Amino acid sequence: MTAAAEQIGNWVSEFTKWEPQRPWIQRLREAAFQRFSELGFPTTHDEEWRFTNVAPIARATFRVGYADEGVTIGGNDRGVENPNAAEVADHLGHYASFQQNAFVALNTAFLDAVLTVPVIRVPAGMIVERPIEIDWEVPEERACDPDYSSPLAAQPRTLIIVGANAQCTIVETYKGAGRYFTNAVTEIVAGDGAVIDHYKVQRESVDAFHVATMQVVLGRSASFTTHSISLGGALVRNDIGVTLSEGSDATVNGLYLVNGTQHVDNHTVIDHAKPHGTSHELYKGILDGRASAVFNGRILVRKDAQKTDSKQTNKNLVLSDDAVIDTKPELQIFADDVRCTHGATIGQLDAESLFYLQSRGIGKAQARSLLTQAFAQDIVDRIKVPELRNQLEKVLSEKFHEYGNY
Amino acid sequence: MSLLEIKDLHARVGDREILKGIDLTVEAGEVHAIMGPNGSGKSTLAQVLAGRELYVVTGGQVIYDGKDLLALSPEDRAREGIFLAFQYPVEIPGVSNMYFLKAALNTIRKHRNLPELDAMDFLERIRQKMTAMNMDQTLLNRPVNAGFSGGEKKRNEIFQMAVLEPRLAILDETDSGLDIDALKLVSAGVNAMRSPERAMVVVTHYQRLLSEIVPDYVHVLADGRIVKSGGKELALELEEGGYAALGIQEETEAVGQR
Repeated sequence: MTAAAEQIGNWVSEFTKWEPQRPWIQRLREAAFQRFSELGFPTTHDEEWRFTNVAPIARATFRVGYADEGVTIGGNDRGVENPNAAEVADHLGHYASFQQNAFVALNTAFLDAVLTVPVIRVPAGMIVERPIEIDWEVPEERACDPDYSSPLAAQPRTLIIVGANAQCTIVETYKGAGRYFTNAVTEIVAGDGAVIDHYKVQRESVDAFHVATMQVVLGRSASFTTHSISLGGALVRNDIGVTLSEGSDATVNGLYLVNGTQHVDNHTVIDHAKPHGTSHELYKGILDGRASAVFNGRILVRKDAQKTDSKQTNKNLVLSDDAVIDTKPELQIFADDVRCTHGATIGQLDAESLFYLQSRGIGKAQARSLLTQAFAQDIVDRIKVPELRNQLEKVLSEKFHEYGNY
Repeated sequence: MSLLEIKDLHARVGDREILKGIDLTVEAGEVHAIMGPNGSGKSTLAQVLAGRELYVVTGGQVIYDGKDLLALSPEDRAREGIFLAFQYPVEIPGVSNMYFLKAALNTIRKHRNLPELDAMDFLERIRQKMTAMNMDQTLLNRPVNAGFSGGEKKRNEIFQMAVLEPRLAILDETDSGLDIDALKLVSAGVNAMRSPERAMVVVTHYQRLLSEIVPDYVHVLADGRIVKSGGKELALELEEGGYAALGIQEETEAVGQR
């Protein structure tokens, strides 16, 4: 058996141990598993995975947990409906395609009963004031359950359907303890004129693997904002795809902090499919130790998408000599009347700013930590949920304090 | 014991020697003006005293309050009472003025064995000083110097000096970029800080600042050395005759400045 076949073989027994599902889910699962078997785990020979080696995931053996284990949904006390099965069938698996991405295929292969997948449905015209919180947590006793020989592979799956002109705020949090693998897929579909403010906070354990795909499809004049905050994990890959319609607006921001030997890879694809769309993208990264990070931002402006206005920025603060960043914009423009800009920077702490702070009595370590925090501040300031912003400020100030200490 | 004693100080940036043997003694309570053409080393001297690593001291010594100043880190110099008002105060987006100044004051207070101030006490203490510098309170919540006009930056420097209460204040071209009203305001702020315990070294290219902040001594720096020293009347002589009257050529290339 080849190594690749062996890696897939590890998942076969997990796949077959599941009870048959409703026929349409079972068909989807089987098709997805079939595709996963064909694709296998990506290697660094795949362009999309050039800088991210998932061999530690591919080589390991995991046990798959139920999708609804460890998830709590809070905040959506009013206005959010439970959709019926037919509606779920209309959406689930329709946006995050498993044809090209082995991890999406793997997640889809382990979809279980319909209603254990968190499905959020905001009816047309409804304004949900309180943030809808979706928390995925892997406690240590589940990560490495003594009843099992293998660590947990959690396959979180979320479907969010927002009706026309509805408004909501969604906060997805991923956290855990110990060694495990989170393979998440989130699909969001927004009706015409919908307004969605989305946050993802990744605070996995430092020993965890985290691979996540979020696919968003926007209706006409819909507005979507996401902030992806990546703090934890040993090996992290985030794929975000947003497809815009006529006049839709997407803001895709991110902040990643890596230290030690952490690796985080953010791939984004903004697909301007129709005219008059606007997109803004700002990713900021802080790297220390021997950590590495990847930013790959593709902006696709299709032939029809005239009057597109798109801006992409990636800024990196590198605090150590051994940290590595690979940043790459990918602009594919097929329309002629568009405005697209992109820029990437990689820099160290500014010596003049450091001296200025020190010349006022502030110690070098504190000055470094202040300036590091300042670098992240404009992302933090954009977070509109006060509790989340405060929580994040606290976490960051603890982290930056560590960074300052050398 | 003198507050500051500079002996045969040499410093370079890169391969270029800028200070070529400075001797200067400053007693507590005195105000010394350092004048000189562009490129003479005035700003370099100011930055070396504050501890900027960009400048490498290649010879000589600096004794401050009986201590070897050059052995101290920039932050320890500040804690020991040295303050540099920058010629080009740096903008620091993401750090609020309030947070910055409170952190600075509290580290210095801690060093002086004084209790740290909480936000309320801090505000109380600085309110009057802000008013004196005609600074709007909203500046406190804005990032350090970010988006400040040239004049606001200079006023902010003097305001910081007023809050941190140094023993030796070094003012580097504090008059540059100021209109006459701002110059008077800044000078009044500086004059209010004059005291028998505090010394000031005022670096300037022009005499006009010295009509407002009247120095006890004036030194003329040229090509990295003090070529002439005198009383306040020396500044007036320079105003009339220019540096050329002292046989000093103005360099067009600024060295040791951004």
